[in-house]
Amino acid sequence: MTIGLAHYLTVAAILFTLGIFGIFLNRKNVIIILMSIELMLLAVNINFVAFSVRLHDLVGQVFAMFVLTVAAAEAAIGLAILVVYFRNRGTIRVEDIRMMKG
Amino acid sequence: MPVAAAPSFLPALPEIALACAAMLLLLVGVFRGEGSTRLVSWLAVLVLIGVLVLALRIGFGRQTAFYGMFVTDAFALFMKTLVLIGSAVSIVMAMRYNEDHGIARFEFPVLVLLATTGMMVMVSANDLITLYLGLELQSLALYVTASFDRDSVRSSEAGLKYFVLGALSSGMLLYGASMVYGFAGTTSFASLAQVLTGAGPVSSGLIIGIVFVIVGLAFKVSAVPFHMWVPDVYEGAPTPVTAFFAVAPKMAAIALFIRFLIAPFGALIAEWQQVIIFLSIASMILGSVAAIAQSNIKRLMAYSSIGHVGYALIGLAAATPSGIRGVLVYMAIYLFMNVGTFAVILCMRQQGRMLEGINDLAGLSRTQPGLALALAIFMFAMAGIPPTAGFFSKLYIFLAAIETHQTSMIALAIIGVVTSVVGAFYYLRVVKVMYFDEPAGVFDRPITAELKAVLFVTAVVTMFFFLLPDPVAGSAQAAAASLFVK
Repeated sequence: MTIGLAHYLTVAAILFTLGIFGIFLNRKNVIIILMSIELMLLAVNINFVAFSVRLHDLVGQVFAMFVLTVAAAEAAIGLAILVVYFRNRGTIRVEDIRMMKG
Repeated sequence: MPVAAAPSFLPALPEIALACAAMLLLLVGVFRGEGSTRLVSWLAVLVLIGVLVLALRIGFGRQTAFYGMFVTDAFALFMKTLVLIGSAVSIVMAMRYNEDHGIARFEFPVLVLLATTGMMVMVSANDLITLYLGLELQSLALYVTASFDRDSVRSSEAGLKYFVLGALSSGMLLYGASMVYGFAGTTSFASLAQVLTGAGPVSSGLIIGIVFVIVGLAFKVSAVPFHMWVPDVYEGAPTPVTAFFAVAPKMAAIALFIRFLIAPFGALIAEWQQVIIFLSIASMILGSVAAIAQSNIKRLMAYSSIGHVGYALIGLAAATPSGIRGVLVYMAIYLFMNVGTFAVILCMRQQGRMLEGINDLAGLSRTQPGLALALAIFMFAMAGIPPTAGFFSKLYIFLAAIETHQTSMIALAIIGVVTSVVGAFYYLRVVKVMYFDEPAGVFDRPITAELKAVLFVTAVVTMFFFLLPDPVAGSAQAAAASLFVK
């Protein structure tokens, strides 16, 4: 059996779905949400690189590099906001983030 | 011997200048210390005006830069003008508020400038990579401004919620972008349009990709059902930041939405029109119904902005030059109405404390008749009552929808009229509270000169737009036409 494009796409789709479920089903900890976001972005990167190889086109890999860079910046800002939030509330439980209804 | 031709930077000069100026102002702030907030703020406003002049000097013709990844045309210029005005006014309105609340830090104008750079890149995006980078530059700066009042629980909670849902939407958008890239073989909008025109049946992978990108963009323009972050973020963020959120990023996101659907995927309108119609109906209904129960004026404005996005999407669903012109006029007028309303909200203070309840406005017509009149004008305009500007913005949109002669579009226009009648209830309730209820208390005086100027200009524009609609409508027409040139 050779590993083809469909396998890569399936793995990426599963990881992406796990990331989305991690955000919505997790009731415990905001850090897990940050990890889920990273998971989603990495799933997208697998997609890009797989397509890039399949199409013999470098743009997909360039895009993946940009995504990695932005993901790093996003994680930094997310953690910074989380630290600010923790200082104010003393908790990062997801259930507690409901000062405002919604 | 030259290895490659030097790319032309000229069309992107305003963005480059803005990014450099933002970093320069950061240095000014760092070296001059905490006392430099006012200086940096006014310099930032000057920079925004300078960038606007620069952008207008580059011209209305279609030019591309960075190998076609970046485009400027009349459409981009129109939306950039709105974005720059929105950002500049937000900085002006924020100065006094930030000083009073002990958050007068020079980072605020710098962050606004960086977010504005991102928005301008979004408006000019001509490639999925540019689209993503512009969007992220904007979003990352906005997450920080939402939690700018870092000692307040509500502000940091707003920032956290905005961050999580914003990152989720970016992920969706990116997944869609990867599918579009994989199944169409290119990320450039121009090549996508070429590949897709007359290509026959489209692969389902491409459709999935487009839908994912639409979902991501719907989050950013806060269309229902992807609106859940809006009320909380609007309520929790400091009021000037909310004012900024309500105008500038919305302009950029709507512009990006329009360009993404019209330029590369105009040929696939049959595939995406239903999605936009659904988003539009859902936003209009929720925007008008859910706002009725609100007692906090910032939450009210959040639902109002959701509803307004629904109306703007009618023009996008029509996907004709007159529909796009309708959206552009709508967004221009929305900018003035919203800036004015938030200027009034910033005046709602008693003994230095900000008030946010609609009931706190009771009897405003007797204590501060000028302020009450201004807010009444904005509320009438948002409800779409003639002869205010809000009536004409809705008129352009509904006319464009009816001119398509499609049953679904005419139905959409009818739903729009019905929901705007429902929405009129809560806008007029604010007017009723101001004019017919017993005074609850007196707001602090004097209103600062900056706020007075903003209030005066926005109220005059909103009230007397009908005398001189041609500059806005004419340039919107040219902008819409530039989008359909092949």
